Amino acid sequence: MTAIPLEHILILASVLFLIGFVGVIVRKNALFILMSLEVMLNATGVAFIGAGSVWQQADGQVMFMLILTLAAAEVAVGLALLIRMKHQYRSLDIDVLSDLKGQ
Amino acid sequence: MSFSPLVTMFYLAALIAIVASIKVVTRKNTVHALLYLVISLIAVAVCFYLMGAPFAAGLEVIVYAGAILVLFVFAIMLFGLREDETHYTPPHKGLSMWLGPVALALVLLAQLLYTINHQGIQQQLSATVIDSKQVGILLYGPYLLAVEIASFLLLSGLIAAYHFAKDVTYGGQK
Repeated sequence: MTAIPLEHILILASVLFLIGFVGVIVRKNALFILMSLEVMLNATGVAFIGAGSVWQQADGQVMFMLILTLAAAEVAVGLALLIRMKHQYRSLDIDVLSDLKGQ
Repeated sequence: MSFSPLVTMFYLAALIAIVASIKVVTRKNTVHALLYLVISLIAVAVCFYLMGAPFAAGLEVIVYAGAILVLFVFAIMLFGLREDETHYTPPHKGLSMWLGPVALALVLLAQLLYTINHQGIQQQLSATVIDSKQVGILLYGPYLLAVEIASFLLLSGLIAAYHFAKDVTYGGQK
């Protein structure tokens, strides 16, 4: 049982998640969308570690390591797709991707 | 309502994490946003340490702030963002863009030194710490299948990244 109250840990996690979510929704640049996704995954990690430390179980840290693996794989594939997108469209604006429609 | 030093440190690190994350989603320049993203991840690592998870804090710094951010920097170098990113910002702002991340990082450094030197915080932490041994026993016991699946995920990420980033116009199969 840590001295930090669980509610405040969860508030931190949800605030970070919300910031990342707003970033994903608002930004047009695909690179910023990936960075906001990182912030969101990080927020879920905070929630897992906080819960694990409150109940004194190591499961939270195991879940955090799996999230870490997921984030690494996601960023690798995402950045490779962005490199391809930059190569084809000369831009990272996600709106150019809708040019696929009706052509 | 009085907070213990540990809880105060946690609130300070959480505040830095939130401020840096807001800066990440609001910057115009990609590299400046990346600087704030590093600060955000390190602040979250300090939060992990104060929650009694030093192993996770180390992983956060090594894997997130080390490996994944380096991946971002390499991708930005490959993009060559000179033409469509940085001309939104004034060209010669000097050191002023660095001041924000540097100030936040210095606050985090001060927190680290204070936490290491403070006897009460260390006693509180050592009573509640979950060390890497427990995590390892759990990881290679009940979660063995999850570890295997994670390794497959990493392998598929590697193959997909190689496949997508391969330049098809020069010497590719096309």
